Parts: sequence; structure tokens; C-alpha cells
Amino acid sequence: MTGNGESGFRIQDSGFGTGKPLEEATSVSGGPMTSNRKSGFGIQDSAFRIQDSEVGIQDSGFGKGRRLWRSMEELAGTAETRDALHNEFLRELPVEGNGISRREVLRLMGASAALAGLTACTKLPTQKIVPYVRAPEEFIPGKPLFYSTAMTLGGFATGLLVESHLGRPTKVEGNPDHPASLGAADIFAQASVLTLYDPDRSQAVIHEGRLGRWSDFLAAMKNARDAHLASKGAGLRILTETITSPTLASQLRAILTEFPLAKWHQYEPVGRDSAREGARLAFDEYVNPVYRFDRADVVLSLDADFLCSGPGSVRYARDFSNRRRITGVESGMNRLYVVETMPSNTGAMADHRLPLRASEIEVFARALAETLGMKAGGQNALPQAATGWMAPLARDLQAHKGSSIVVAGDQQPPLVHALAHGMNQALGNAGETVIYTDSVEANPLDQMQSLRELVTDMKSGQVTTLLIIGGNPVYTAPADLEFGEHLLKVGLRAHFSLYNDETSNLCHWHIPAVHYLESWSDARAYDGTASIVQPLIAPLYDGKSAHELLAVLRGQPDPKAHDIVRDYWKSQNLAKDQDFEAFWETALERGLIAGTALAAKTVSMKPSFGLESSTTSGGGGLEIVFRADPTVGDGRFANNGWLQELPKPVTRLTWDNAAMMSPATAQQKGLSKDDVVTLRYEGREVQAPVWIVPGHADGAVTVHVGYGRKRAGRVGTGVGFDAYALRTSDKPGSGMGLEIDKTAERYALVATQHHSRINEGDGQFEEESRAAFKRGLVQIGTLGEFRRDPNFAKEHEEEPSKNDSLYPPFKYDGYAWGMAIDLNSCTGCNACVVACQAENNIAVVGKEQVSAGREMHWIRIDTYFRGGLESPETYFQPVLCMQCENAPCELVCPVGATTHSPEGLNEMTYNRCVGTRYCSNNCPYKVRRFNFLLFSDWTTPSLFALRNPNVTVRSRGVMEKCTYCVQRIQEAKIKAEREDRAIQDGQILTACQQTCPTEAIVFGNINDKNSRVSKLKAQSRNYALLTELNTRPRTTYLARLRNPNPEIKE
Amino acid sequence: MAQIFHPSTNTISRVSIYGAVFIIATLGYVSYEVERSSYFTDVNVARPQPVPFSHKHHAAELGIDCRYCHTSVEDSSFAGIPPTHTCMTCHSQMWATSPMLEPVRASYRSDQSLEWTRVNSLPDFVYFNHSIHVNKGIGCTTCHGPVGSMPLTWRAQSLQMEWCLNCHRHPEGYVRPREDVFKVDYPYQPPEDQSTLGPRLVKEYKIRSLTNCSTCHR
Repeated sequence: MTGNGESGFRIQDSGFGTGKPLEEATSVSGGPMTSNRKSGFGIQDSAFRIQDSEVGIQDSGFGKGRRLWRSMEELAGTAETRDALHNEFLRELPVEGNGISRREVLRLMGASAALAGLTACTKLPTQKIVPYVRAPEEFIPGKPLFYSTAMTLGGFATGLLVESHLGRPTKVEGNPDHPASLGAADIFAQASVLTLYDPDRSQAVIHEGRLGRWSDFLAAMKNARDAHLASKGAGLRILTETITSPTLASQLRAILTEFPLAKWHQYEPVGRDSAREGARLAFDEYVNPVYRFDRADVVLSLDADFLCSGPGSVRYARDFSNRRRITGVESGMNRLYVVETMPSNTGAMADHRLPLRASEIEVFARALAETLGMKAGGQNALPQAATGWMAPLARDLQAHKGSSIVVAGDQQPPLVHALAHGMNQALGNAGETVIYTDSVEANPLDQMQSLRELVTDMKSGQVTTLLIIGGNPVYTAPADLEFGEHLLKVGLRAHFSLYNDETSNLCHWHIPAVHYLESWSDARAYDGTASIVQPLIAPLYDGKSAHELLAVLRGQPDPKAHDIVRDYWKSQNLAKDQDFEAFWETALERGLIAGTALAAKTVSMKPSFGLESSTTSGGGGLEIVFRADPTVGDGRFANNGWLQELPKPVTRLTWDNAAMMSPATAQQKGLSKDDVVTLRYEGREVQAPVWIVPGHADGAVTVHVGYGRKRAGRVGTGVGFDAYALRTSDKPGSGMGLEIDKTAERYALVATQHHSRINEGDGQFEEESRAAFKRGLVQIGTLGEFRRDPNFAKEHEEEPSKNDSLYPPFKYDGYAWGMAIDLNSCTGCNACVVACQAENNIAVVGKEQVSAGREMHWIRIDTYFRGGLESPETYFQPVLCMQCENAPCELVCPVGATTHSPEGLNEMTYNRCVGTRYCSNNCPYKVRRFNFLLFSDWTTPSLFALRNPNVTVRSRGVMEKCTYCVQRIQEAKIKAEREDRAIQDGQILTACQQTCPTEAIVFGNINDKNSRVSKLKAQSRNYALLTELNTRPRTTYLARLRNPNPEIKE
Repeated sequence: MAQIFHPSTNTISRVSIYGAVFIIATLGYVSYEVERSSYFTDVNVARPQPVPFSHKHHAAELGIDCRYCHTSVEDSSFAGIPPTHTCMTCHSQMWATSPMLEPVRASYRSDQSLEWTRVNSLPDFVYFNHSIHVNKGIGCTTCHGPVGSMPLTWRAQSLQMEWCLNCHRHPEGYVRPREDVFKVDYPYQPPEDQSTLGPRLVKEYKIRSLTNCSTCHR
């Protein structure tokens, strides 16, 4: 967006640069903009004076005096951001690159356009009906069935319910019975159904680069087995990802018994080595902490994004938000302190957030532990910013002994984990809010060390047979191990995975894996609950299950995953006196085996745990921080278009990763957004574009792994840069000594932060953030302010009377659908966005179209910042169609394609729409999406099966928008009418509501005063957007509250 | 200077200007009619099927209930097309060697589905639900016509939106008692006068006149 460092980053000198109070700054800039802007100054000299100016530091009581902003360009007030505000669609793209302009097309097609109406008169084609020969039981065409299953991520299971239409899984929901889900699901679970139908998934056995046969592989395995039986398994190695599956583990153990010299290695690219080793440092054994956020009043996160990533995060988000649910002034809230490097969703929820470099977090943890009375040592000085925190934070934690939690992030070094365990012990949290259990993993070990040993053995030629089950180590292994190079020394190598990827390419055999929706398995959840992975569809391609593969190695002919998993559980005798068949049926129905959660155990702290050796000392210069990408994970979802196009939390970047750094660091290095830099670290280098993130720790650069894939598929190959190429095995989380060199190149990164913005009402040319501020789009208060003035969120509202309309008001006699979104609970996790995409057949448009503002998501998570650039407060606001009672869109549609329903929905009738876009133009909330091109895939056969049959697949030239999941409303209405009853509250869940981990979205009948949505709307925090327009939106928001520690001055 | 235009030009221009109006009106009328003709709508056009199944014989003469084959009509949007197994429940005994039924037996033997030609179909953007109509007292023959006298099945109604709306606006003209829904007599004779029965049933069955778009289009 910005041109270059000179002109791109200007700032109005009248306001922020000179540090005048904000009110004055805004009032001045309210005048003629051009005269104020003068020449501005470039980024190099003083754009970042914003930090020490008083923007955001002003606080006139209710936070009203503090301005919200959405990006730094906007804060600086560049001309481009103002222009962007007036162009809903940011730039013209050529129509499919054929060089004909829109006007020419119109001229040429004039005659055809005149006759276009006749196309409605086409005859319906003759269709066939193909019934079953023998119909399966319980199978009613037109009625979906739901099956419980589980998806693993990093080895840990989340229970799911999957909707199946005529045998096609189409939509994933959380399993309400499952402790890791409670009915909610995250973005990866929601998007997994697209991976199932991905046409780029591996479809056949590949042998030495050619199509192979499964029978030939069986023969090869038999030979290998015979050879290894003789040698007791010497040279046989199995490499897996983290395994929690009891069945798989028992199979692996059986193999190790049969081949005593064989070895089982595990490697998870962005794994939990530190957490494991930290527990061992502290307790001398591998234990698994289970956090009880439902019991915690004070939470300190040391770089842990526990709300949105890692095992149990969906459950943790629910528990956490339940402790800050406001029903009235008497409600209490927990308090969250976050210390982190890269702004995360958890950081955005924090009441106090402190950006520190990853290496400084250990220093912080030591200092805090010392303050809490531990002997933590620590030679390094506490960072300046943290000094004001320490004493009040320690007091707050100590005041909540037994009801606080200190949680360390998985990528923090083991020492920080050990310190966190120590602090939890010192605070009496162990056994109260932090429950320790045995390790959930079947074979916990230091995975990096395990991989290192494997590579050493490969290097020395000791490995004769290597089975890689899952994972993609050639791409993900740390660069210094040179995994790919040494892999070639193995005599027989086979790779088993969903995609024919980088690792498959270097192996003799590639065996296609089944998707989790295609075969049987099991896995444990974050608390150890054993969950059954139940298939919904027979393998689409020639996939095999990992159980079957291992059974082959054990010499079992023609194994079936179902029998293997079932036999394992039968052998466990959990059914006791009950019939096993009944026990198994119950387990399948509920999706879990009751009573398998691991029991709490008492642990004892080691008296000392190597505190003397700091893991962070040494090396100066910049720090590099490696993290899994928030949307494509460690790279395994790179070919999933839904996740690629999903705007990443906080940055709202799509289709790319970048070198993320703070404004001050960028300024110091003379960098601006989109500059391509060379990152040099430990003798390796990659080129990466720069993205500036307010709130990022200074002196550090965060890179997300998972991009730069070479063999991901049509969607993911060649997107972004490969950060694994810099990562080393000794410091996989972060390290010092990064060098950055600016190149002459620039690379256009695309973020959706400036798309679909709501502008200033009176036609003034002002940034949207200021509009947001003036028009009260995001209402924020502290808990104290709320208690003093419960109605603070309503003060901006000026609601015109119902009669201020030329049209007679609608009567809503029956149901009146409405929605309330509690901003106090929304973590910005994006699950609703993907759930909506899956439910409503929303298309993916690609990076170029996103750059023109044409992304199709019906929900967008607006992200606002408040305060200085160093550590702004971050606010999320999901914006979807407001379903206005006085809807501006309805009035301007010339063909009646968008109309008002008696229940208050703004209906969108696709088959009537002729694409004038008047409705979108007239929508003040900018929630309508237009199909500029044929975005839906109408040609790939496997994707037909993905679609929700209850929602029309839109074609080119059609407008679309959120419908409140009208298909679900109609379904429930028909059911209720048939049973001659009214729809009860909670019987209709919109897709976004159903998947929301924190239950921030509530939908229901507002004519029913006892419905949950009515009760939320009756709260004093309830407010609507742009009420002065008299649109009377049905979707309203509940103000966000913060619960800051009064002792901490920020 | 000689005249450029012959005097007859006056007539020609008058006729063509006024004529244009008629030509356009005629074109409009013709397209209106063509669109509603059975050529376009396939109304009353019997469709050839792999097996010449006769509703007349099965439903009217033998008196087999509609729901014996169309099992999901009361529960689902889709009424259901019977699996081959349903045919074979009788035809493994009766007419078990009839050459006409060979495709059915072949299907059962080979586990290959019969492929029927669809008679009543709606565009993909229309979401029709059988169960709610049947439960609210709309009889099969109201939409599907004289099924009991169809040797081969044809479409009885245009299934165009104006036709749907006709009933959605005035359900009292078409509703029947629930117990009569599956009667195949055509035309259906209500037990009492429709003008008194209709409004009573509309009230009793709580039928609302649903004419907003999302009732059918989603």
C-alpha cells in the first residue's frame, strides 16, 4: 500500500508528532486535510514519535478520549488510506486477463444483454434419479446424519460431530460431550473437511517416482520384515509424529518387542519438547499439566497462546471466558497478564500485556519467581518495561493463592516451564488450578534429541529401513540436521502421508494416508480422555491407515483398521461386566471412552533444577523467533485454501508469511512494510518480506514456519518463504544473532485490515478508525468504569424514533431473529469465519482478488488498536450482516433480490440478483460480498461433494451475504411445525455460534423475552453499530470490559 | 429538385412505427406462451423409464399406499425413490419371470442401481420440502396430478414459481384433511365444501401464507 519510506509513512505533524493532546489533534485535522498534512515526514525520522506522543495515553475517565486505530498507516493518516476508505473495492482488476476492458465488453455485448432475460427461459435438463439397490438403515435422503469422531493436532484429540449428507461429510462441529470441545471447534477442525476433498491429496502408491502397487509394497515389506527378523531389527527405524493413540502405541510396542534392536523416533515440528523437558526439570518426570481456567482469578501467560493454540485450547477458551462473563454490575472478572513477543489472540485478551523478546521472558520469569519467594537466581537485568509490573503482579498472584495460574508457552525454553511449575507450586495452585497427570503421550521423549539420533544413525549408514509415518521431516526438520541429505543414505525408505510431499519425493515408497474422516483410529485429548476416530466415508483414494501399515510390518495379512482399533479396546477389558458390544456402541456414539481421563497425581518439586545455566545468554543483535503459522500451522494445512485465505489474527495478513517486527525495530533498520530483506542466521539465509506489527517486542523478528512449501499442492506450493530453512535443532524456539539486510526488492503482502471499512457519516474524508472512535463502533470500558456507569456503552447512541422512516414499520408477530455478540468473550480466533465458510459454501478467491478487496468471507473480524505502537490494546469485533429492520440495502435493489422477511431477516435471493451492487454500495456496514468472477469451483468433481446441499452455490455476478444461516432456521421451523410446537431457545444455532469456543455469539428469538439473546440484549452493555442511521440492526454487541490492575500504570 | 422520398414513404413509416409496437407485443406474448407451454414445462409429457412402471396399476388398482415406496415423504424434504429391494419384495414372487421386469432383477442381482428419469424437478436454487406440505394437509395429487390414472408418469403442473405462489397465497383453496392426503382419487372430492373446509383447516393446521423469498430460496 505505501509507496516507499519517503512518502509512504507520513504523519500529521499537527497532532501526534509534536505530542499535543489528542482532542486538539483530532479537532485540527477535522479541518481541511491538505493544509494540515504539509509534507509530512518519512518513516526514518519521526513517524514513530507516535510512541512517545500522547496518543492513547490520554484517558479521560471512560476511555472515550482514547482513539482507536486499525493500522499504522491510518494512524499516520496517509492519503492512500483515506482513498481506500472511499473505494469499497480497492482497485480494478482486469477481467480474467484477456485485455478487454469492461466498457468494451459492455459495448460488444449490448445486444446479448438485451436478450439476457430470455436465459431464464431455458428448459431444465433431464435428470436421473439413482436409488439404492438395498437402502441402508437409518438413511433418509434429505436428512443429514451426525457421527462423533475426533481430529488430532500435534497428537492431541478434539472430539467432533460431523454432519453427513447421503454419506458425504460436509461440516464439522464440536462434540458437546467431549471435554476438549464442549461443542466448539477451532479453525483447523472446521477446515479439515476441505482437506478431505482436496483433489491434490495423494491418490496412489508411488514407487520410485512412478505409480506403484500396494501389493508390491506388501512384498517389499515382507522382504524387509524377514531380513529384520534375522537381525532382530537392527537398522529398522520408525519415525512418527507425536503419538497419543493407545492402539497405535500398542502396535509400535509390539513391533519393538518383536524387533528389539529397532527404534521408534518421534518428531513434531512445532512440538512440546520444552513443556516436556520443563516438567522433567521441575519434577524429574514427564507430567502433563491440565489447567483449570474455570477456577482461576489471575492468569499469567509467559508467551503462551493458550486460548487459540495447543492441546485443549478450545476448552481453555471456554473455561477462561466463563470467568469473565458479565451479567450485571455485580459480576466479577478474572485478570489476565500476558508477556509475549508476537501479538497473539491471548495477548489481545490480556488486561495487561507486556511485549518482551523471547529471551527476556526467562529473565522476567526468574525475577517474578524470585519475588514470589523462590530461589530463582538470574544474572540478567530485568527489562525496563517490566520493572513497573513486577511488584503489583506478584502481589496480585499472591492474593490469589490457589486460584491463579502461571502458564508457559510451548516454544519457551524448558527452564521457563520449570519456573512456571515452581511458581504454581509456590502459589499453591498445584492440585487446585493446575492438575498434574501422567503424560498423555504414549511415549514422551525429547523429540529433537530423538530426531538428532536418527539423523546420526542415518549419516553413519546404520539405518537400513526407515518408515516415516505422517509428518514431512524433509521440509520441517531443523536446517542444521540436513535431514533430507542423510535420508538418501537409508537403504529402504517409505513415507506414509496425506500428500505426496517433499519427504515422499525422497523416499522409495510413498503410501497415501487416509484422512481422519476416512478410517478408524483413536487418540487421547489434552486430559487423557480416549477418543475414537470414526470414519464417515470410505477412503476416497487408495489410502491406508497407519494401523494397517504397522500391522503389515508385524506380518499380519490384510489388516483392517476397524478390527485393529476395536480389538485393542476389547483387550483392555474396560467394559468389565458389561457386554463389550454395548460398551463399544456407547463409545462410538459419544465419541469417547468414559472414564479414561488421566487421574490427577501429586508431584513433588525437585529442590533445584539447573537454574544456574541460562539458556538465553550469549549472542547479541536481533533475536529471531520461530512460531507455527496461526492459520496453516506447521505447514500441514498449506494446501487448504480456506486457511490460506483466512486473515491471520491481529495482522490480518492472508496468503503469506512475513518477517514480523515492531515499528521501532523497523525504523532502526530502515525498513518499511513490503521491503524484502535477507534474514541471516547461523550461517543460513532466506529472503522474506517485512511486516510491521505494533505491539511486537523490540529487537526481535518473528517468522512463521509452514510456508515456502515446494510440494504442497496447487494451493500451497510456492506461497510465502520457508522459515524452517533458518531453524536449528538446538534453539528451535528462538535465538539471538539474526542479521537483517535490506534488498532493493519489494513484495506486495496482502492484508484485509483496510477492507470493508465503515466510514464517517457526514461524508468527511476521515479515517475509519476515527469514525470508529466518534461513532462508538467499539465500546470499551474497565470493570470499575462499568460498575460506576453501567450504561457507558449506550451514551453514544442516538436512536431515531421508529417513525423516522417513510415506510411503515414491519410487524414481527412470530419469531424475530436477532443476535448478540459479546466482545468481552471474543478472542478473535477466526473459528466462526471458517465455520461460516464451510456451512455456506463460500468461495476462496486467491491472493490477487483479496488484494482488490474481493474476499468473500461473510464474517470479518475487525481488529482495532488503542494506545501507543509499543503495546497497543487490541480489540476484535466480528462483523456480519446486521439484518437491519430498516435495511438500506433492501430499498435500492431494482429487482427485489434482497427483501425483508416477516421474521426480520434481510433475505438474499441469488437467483433474482442481477449484480447491480447497489445494495452493497448502500450498506453502511460493508457486509455484502460480490462474485466478481466465477469464484466457486464448478469443475473439480471432488469439491462437489464438499458443498452443503442446503445452500445455493453462487455464480458469477451475484451478491451474497450472511443470512443468519437461514437454512438452519427453516430446518428447525419445519421440524417444529410438524411437531406442532414453537421453536425452543437454543434449537437453532448459527454456524458461527455453534463453533464459537467462548460462546461469544448468541442467536435466537428476540420476541421471546426469556431467550438467551434477549437477556444479553437487555444488558446495559448492549449497543448497536451506527444507530443514528436508523437502520435498527438486529445484530448488536456487548461492550468489551477490561479488568486492569489499578496498581499498574501503563 | 426532385423529391427524395416517394409519397408512399409516409405510409410505410407510419405502418412500421405503429407496427413495431405490435411486433414487440406479439413477441412478448409468444415468449410468454412458449415459456408456459408443455414444450417448455414438460407438463403432460409422459417420460420413458427403464421399466414402464405404472402408478395407475400400483397405486389405484392395487391400492398400495404412496408411502410404501416413497418412505421419507413425511419426514424429509425428499419423498424418496424406492430401492430395488422394495420392488423385489413383491416381484420376487409375482411376475418373477416377466421380461418387462428384467432390469429390476438385473439391478438386484448385480447391485447396480436402476436409473429412473426424473419427472418432477425443481431448479437447484429452490428448496422444496415434502414433509411440511404433507403434514399441513396438502395432498399428493394436488401437485402430482392424477397419479392414480398414470400408466407412465408425467408432470401434472408446471412447478413454476407463479404456480407455487398461487397456493402459498391461498392455501385454503387446496388444503385437505390430513387423513386424505395420500388419496389418489382425482379430482379429489373434499368431504364438505372446500370453501368452508379450507379456511377451517388452515386455522386448525396453523397454516401460514409463507411468501417471503427465503421460504424456498436459500
